[in-house]
Amino acid sequence: MMNAGESLVVLDHVSMTYGHGKHAVKAVDDLTLTIHKGEFIAVVGPSGCGKSSMMKLISGLKPTSEGVLSIEGKRVTGPINKVGMAFQAANLLPWRTAVDNVLLPLEIVEPHRSRMGREKAAYRHKARALLASVGLGEFTEKFPWQLSGGMQQRTSICRALIHEPEILMLDEPFGALDAFTREELWCMTRDIHQSRGVTAMLVTHDLREAVFLADTVYVMSDRPGKIVKVQTINLPRPRDLEITYEKPFQDLVHELRSHIGKH
Amino acid sequence: MKHWKENILAPLAFTVALIVLWDIACVLFGLPATVLPTPSAVAKALVQYWPAVWTNSLQTLMTTLLGFGLAIVFGLILGVAIGWSKLIYGALYPVMIAFNAVPKVAVVPILIIWFGIGTIPAIFTAFLISFFPIVVNVATGLATTEPELQDVLRALGASKLDVVRKVGIPRSMPYFFGSLKVAITLAFVGSVVSETIGANSGLGKMMLDAQAGFNVELVFAGVAALAILGIALYALTALVEKRFTGWAFRAEGIG
Repeated sequence: MMNAGESLVVLDHVSMTYGHGKHAVKAVDDLTLTIHKGEFIAVVGPSGCGKSSMMKLISGLKPTSEGVLSIEGKRVTGPINKVGMAFQAANLLPWRTAVDNVLLPLEIVEPHRSRMGREKAAYRHKARALLASVGLGEFTEKFPWQLSGGMQQRTSICRALIHEPEILMLDEPFGALDAFTREELWCMTRDIHQSRGVTAMLVTHDLREAVFLADTVYVMSDRPGKIVKVQTINLPRPRDLEITYEKPFQDLVHELRSHIGKH
Repeated sequence: MKHWKENILAPLAFTVALIVLWDIACVLFGLPATVLPTPSAVAKALVQYWPAVWTNSLQTLMTTLLGFGLAIVFGLILGVAIGWSKLIYGALYPVMIAFNAVPKVAVVPILIIWFGIGTIPAIFTAFLISFFPIVVNVATGLATTEPELQDVLRALGASKLDVVRKVGIPRSMPYFFGSLKVAITLAFVGSVVSETIGANSGLGKMMLDAQAGFNVELVFAGVAALAILGIALYALTALVEKRFTGWAFRAEGIG
């Protein structure tokens, strides 16, 4: 369905190595894949398989060792401000309120950075609206310590979205939440993806999460991470939490499970 | 007042009890005033020598605050530099440790050779003794910025300066203000140490003179003045800390 879009991120035989010489560790090996505009991909695999390294590659935080990585046809050589990131830890700044935390990227990224002084009110309004869209309309002026874990994570995801990135990168963003909150945030992420048409990349351990949210799931092997399975998820959208209890969903999860840790 | 019992009553009661105990001990053991004067004798000395106590207190306060001010400026600059760059950290740290290990009493004679007896050695001693905790704390605050948060910002194209300005420095502020409480007390110690070695005025000098003249009551009056000044300075920095980094103290969330 989504794969009809034009390609946004292209990885062509990409490898990445940490360190030099004897101490070099290959984190990911020979990755070839294409992420289309508007596609939601999930990367699953055992701990330490280089899932997060793949994220750092695509966001331009780490250089490729071999192969070519391009975004919108342009080779990536350094950080591109087209991405928004959220991690397992919300990492909100404790001295800022929720809305001020969400505003942080706009203080960094051009052209917002230079407009920030003049148009502060408009930006604040936008940040408040974004928080309201994830159900935090009444909590915009609260400090992180006044928010629950789930609320903090929602705020963190808003921070990743405020500058309208092309790609939303989520690195196990729901890993530290309880099961019910996690499912709530799945639905929130689903709705964000649906309504904003953003391209998303989710790194996770949770196969149900991957199947529920993604159009395509990539299974990676142990370090050095290679793609061992590409699974298209053709479950119709919009997806309801109910589908997680149905057979097609469970078959997909089962199928993916059989590819983890064998290689 | 919600916590008046532990914040006002308890410390007050303890202090009064301590003074009473002191008084009882003096009477009970028949200690001569030249060894341990009674609290009332010390209080009397405080009143009797008030002009001297007051002007010398002001002098000590001035040298302490000037040294402390210098320590803040240099401590912040050095702390940010060390927290900013591993190279600067590597270059400066061993020297700073060595420097900090030298008892500052040993430096005072050198300062007196350079600047002569007077106010300046006291200011410098206060500065030298108090800037180290500031440096270490600011550097720690900067160096422990969460890597994920740095990734979030760097992926947006943030420069190192951006990360330090937006995250590192505000983050290190609780460490900084926390260190001020330690530093102000140390600066005070530095001033008085220097004054007892070579100065024309200050509480240290006053006590030294009183000791030479066997005016034990005045020596103790000096100690009392030092204690009161010390509490005042500590309370002041603690207040400033609360005022500027209140967010770091609001620990009870709704979970």
